[in-house]
Amino acid sequence: MRTQLIGIAVALSAAGFAGAALAASEADYKAALAKAEAADQQAHTLKNQWTTTEDELKEAKAQAAAGKYDEAVKAAQHAEALANASIAQAKEQEKLWPDAVVR
Amino acid sequence: MAGTIRVRAVASGDSTEVQSLIRHPMDSGFVKDSKGEIIPAHHIEVVQFEHGGKTVFTALWGPAVSKDPYLKFSFKGGKKGDDLKVSWVDNKGASDSLVARIG
Amino acid sequence: MLRKLFIAGVVVAAAAQPLLAADAGDPQADFKAFRKYFTERFPKVPLNDFVNGPYSMDEGLRKQWKAIDAFPPYEFAVEQGKQMFATPFKNGKTYGDCFPNKGIGIRQNYPTFDAKSGQVITLDVALNQCREANGEKPLDYSKDDMAALTAYMAFTSRGKPFDIKIPNDPRALAAYENGKRYFYTRRGQLNFSCASCHVQSAGDHIRTEVLAPALGIMNAMPIYRSAWGGMGTTSRRLRTCNSQVRGVPLAAEDENYRDVEYFLSYMANGLPISGPGARP
Repeated sequence: MRTQLIGIAVALSAAGFAGAALAASEADYKAALAKAEAADQQAHTLKNQWTTTEDELKEAKAQAAAGKYDEAVKAAQHAEALANASIAQAKEQEKLWPDAVVR
Repeated sequence: MAGTIRVRAVASGDSTEVQSLIRHPMDSGFVKDSKGEIIPAHHIEVVQFEHGGKTVFTALWGPAVSKDPYLKFSFKGGKKGDDLKVSWVDNKGASDSLVARIG
Repeated sequence: MLRKLFIAGVVVAAAAQPLLAADAGDPQADFKAFRKYFTERFPKVPLNDFVNGPYSMDEGLRKQWKAIDAFPPYEFAVEQGKQMFATPFKNGKTYGDCFPNKGIGIRQNYPTFDAKSGQVITLDVALNQCREANGEKPLDYSKDDMAALTAYMAFTSRGKPFDIKIPNDPRALAAYENGKRYFYTRRGQLNFSCASCHVQSAGDHIRTEVLAPALGIMNAMPIYRSAWGGMGTTSRRLRTCNSQVRGVPLAAEDENYRDVEYFLSYMANGLPISGPGARP
């Protein structure tokens, strides 16, 4: 009985928690997508975009089109992280490539 | 389809080595085009080599053989100057043939 | 994880930089070092054999390649290219009118630095410039017609040594340096540079493929790749290499691609044109 009550309490609080605090809105998605696309655009200027960034952006848009904004925001944030990593790679490589030259 | 067959046959001792290259799309029927539609199967089904009125080599081909197939084999017999006839038929009923000289 | 690797890399670079101070661009020194590296690492490979890519690195592959040599898979493309080359444009002029020696046996001079535009011009670009100058639409750079045309032109140059010139023009030297930079720069999510595979791992396997050495890697272009079931140009290969390391490819004949072709062709000066080539 006691475990059952605890179980119900946990389930309710979990549902309440998920229901109130984490559900993303379309506005959240649009903001996340804008950030991701800005980073991707910078990677494009550096001629160093990753294919996986493009895949994640596509995924974000697909999830949003299906109304799944939580997943869409996650994908957009992942895309932004990938784009930032590709920018970091380009900048690091500007200094690192001479080390690789056959001498 | 004319002019699709290249053959080189060289007699050496008591046998003749034959190499051929046949120009044919050999579409398997499993591949989709850029629009997502299946490219219909279009491939050679039978290739035959004849010498002295006898069939010395028959190949039964299908979807697993790649585009512009290359073939190499040897047969007992044949001498320099002899005729070697090559012919093929595909799944659409098209065909081509060529008479080459053994060198 | 990636962040840590990048930071570690920067620390290494910071420590190494004082040693790299005056790298003002010396193609001849690069050339000597590049050649020395490959000939010392692969002492059994005759110098001219490097142009055969994976076949110079793997005996089994070489045997298979030689076995189909009587009827190489690019044969149809060379024939088509010969026909295209001989067919006049609508205005009556031909490709031969755009090139020295009527366009025959000149492939080994490309890429070349064009002083007027300040750009490196590859053979493929020169062909499209010829077409456009004569009122024709340019060809797609990746395959089919362009591959057939350049296959024929490479065939007329077979055996001729690469003769790439870097004129005494700072823009030409800058293009060469840019090509060298591109070659050694890591890219894509897989973080590989061209050198990762074709210098470090030359002769080794990547999945089932044997990696060609960077020395002489342009000599066989354009190539018939069994994996493609058809012909492909240098553009096609460079773009595919990019996407294979999960980097978004640049546009065909992008400045970086032309410059890296310039760099690699210069590194192969003196080595014979072996194109068009057949590769797994």
